[in-house]
Amino acid sequence: MAEAGGVTTESLAGDRARAARTMLDQVVLPGEELLLPEQEDAEGPGGAGERPLRLNAGTRSRGRVVCGPGLRRSGDRLLVTKCGRLRHKEPGGGGSGGGVYWVDSQQKRYVPVKGDHVIGIVTAKSGDIFKVDVGGSEPASLSYLAFEGATKRNRPNVQVGDLIYGQFVVANKDMEPEMVCIDSCGRASGMGVIGQDGLLFKVTLGLIRKLLAPDCEILQEVGKLYPLEIVFGMNGRIWVKAKTIQQTLILANILEACEHMTADQRKQIFSRLAES
Amino acid sequence: MQADAKIRTESGTESRPRVPSCSLRHFACEQNLLSRPDGSASFLQGDTSVLAGVYGPAEVKVSKEIFNKATLEVILRPKIGLPGVAEKSRERLIRNTCEAVVLGTLHPRTSITVVLQVVSDAGSLLACCLNAACMALVDAGVPMRALFCGVTCALNADGTLVLDPTAKQEKEARAVLTLALDSVERKLLMSTTKGLYSDAELQQCLAAAQAASQHVFRFYRESLQRRYSKS
Repeated sequence: MAEAGGVTTESLAGDRARAARTMLDQVVLPGEELLLPEQEDAEGPGGAGERPLRLNAGTRSRGRVVCGPGLRRSGDRLLVTKCGRLRHKEPGGGGSGGGVYWVDSQQKRYVPVKGDHVIGIVTAKSGDIFKVDVGGSEPASLSYLAFEGATKRNRPNVQVGDLIYGQFVVANKDMEPEMVCIDSCGRASGMGVIGQDGLLFKVTLGLIRKLLAPDCEILQEVGKLYPLEIVFGMNGRIWVKAKTIQQTLILANILEACEHMTADQRKQIFSRLAES
Repeated sequence: MQADAKIRTESGTESRPRVPSCSLRHFACEQNLLSRPDGSASFLQGDTSVLAGVYGPAEVKVSKEIFNKATLEVILRPKIGLPGVAEKSRERLIRNTCEAVVLGTLHPRTSITVVLQVVSDAGSLLACCLNAACMALVDAGVPMRALFCGVTCALNADGTLVLDPTAKQEKEARAVLTLALDSVERKLLMSTTKGLYSDAELQQCLAAAQAASQHVFRFYRESLQRRYSKS
């Protein structure tokens, strides 16, 4: 900071764009700019215009980089728009494209995304569609024909106040979100009206993603504790049902607390519950 | 100091060097402390404390919706009494700052509401409100193109500049300037001033505020890193 004659370039130029690779798994703030691997060559030590001569062609994949949640393209760089940890995933099949970059942020409010499976509450029945509250900025619409085996004569038995598990087929910022309870083949595959009893509660979106990750042990441990039915909605809602109300409440409290507990604390609580 | 050098190179006729006291009061910030709003933050500057809550992007009334961007609302509640004209004007200043920074086009026809509650006022209130609003917006996950902060400068009758003045210093000052700066290039987003000052003094205040904003942004970064290191 000690530079005479005017304000320092470091403070006024803000954060100069850094390479995305160096910022992986670090906390990034809104306003930071990230350089993609292709641009690093042009802005290398050679300076403006000079390109160092390479004897071996770069082994970096030169496909398109996918810009995930929390990032936006600004010019040829990535602009960070949310605070969180920067993550990267290499492309799966044979290196086509440059992989995906996204920001892992902790959020409570859900924004509808196409393809997400969510739990909604039916708020209104108007003509041929149901209005379902999914926790976003507007209620989603669900047609009565979007259930397995539903026809004009055979209407599904859905009342106001029912819980629905479905997925979005239309979800963008310009249109009202639409959801359905069948997949592309016409089968329900677990979607539809969620049964009676049970408890619906809300958690943060990050916890849902953590619980649904393939290598999450919390679910297996919970399953060993009591027999239960559980539905996860990507909009931060979990529906859980066990044999008695007390067990249901215990499970709900455990899942809510999982966000703040370390693995050891969790194991302690599970072992204490298994004994009692 | 840097602002000192700037004055000398800019206008060589200035004879009395002004030394800004770049001593900001102690900061503290806590995030995610309220359970109902989507994002919340409490910002403390010395004895001034403001609590902010953000709801959004949420439903908006048809009369208030904008077809291509989010409707930003700011509600500022004073510590005692009903909100009056001063609160309304501060709300407008904070709203203009937030609108310059929040990417509203990503959520058209929604509303983003920032609710600020003054917990204690000991000088530099508007700057503290701006800082609390920024931290709450980050906590709620509202997409922004940059962070912003507020810095207050008070100019005394003898020309000395005091950053982050207390209530007593603000009352005795000749002029009080509150500036909002963004984090990318320290550009000016909003300024509101009260009192009598010259053009050169304004430049001096701006330079001092830019230097002080560096401390604030560094504090933001540390505070957010600490929050994400727990997960």
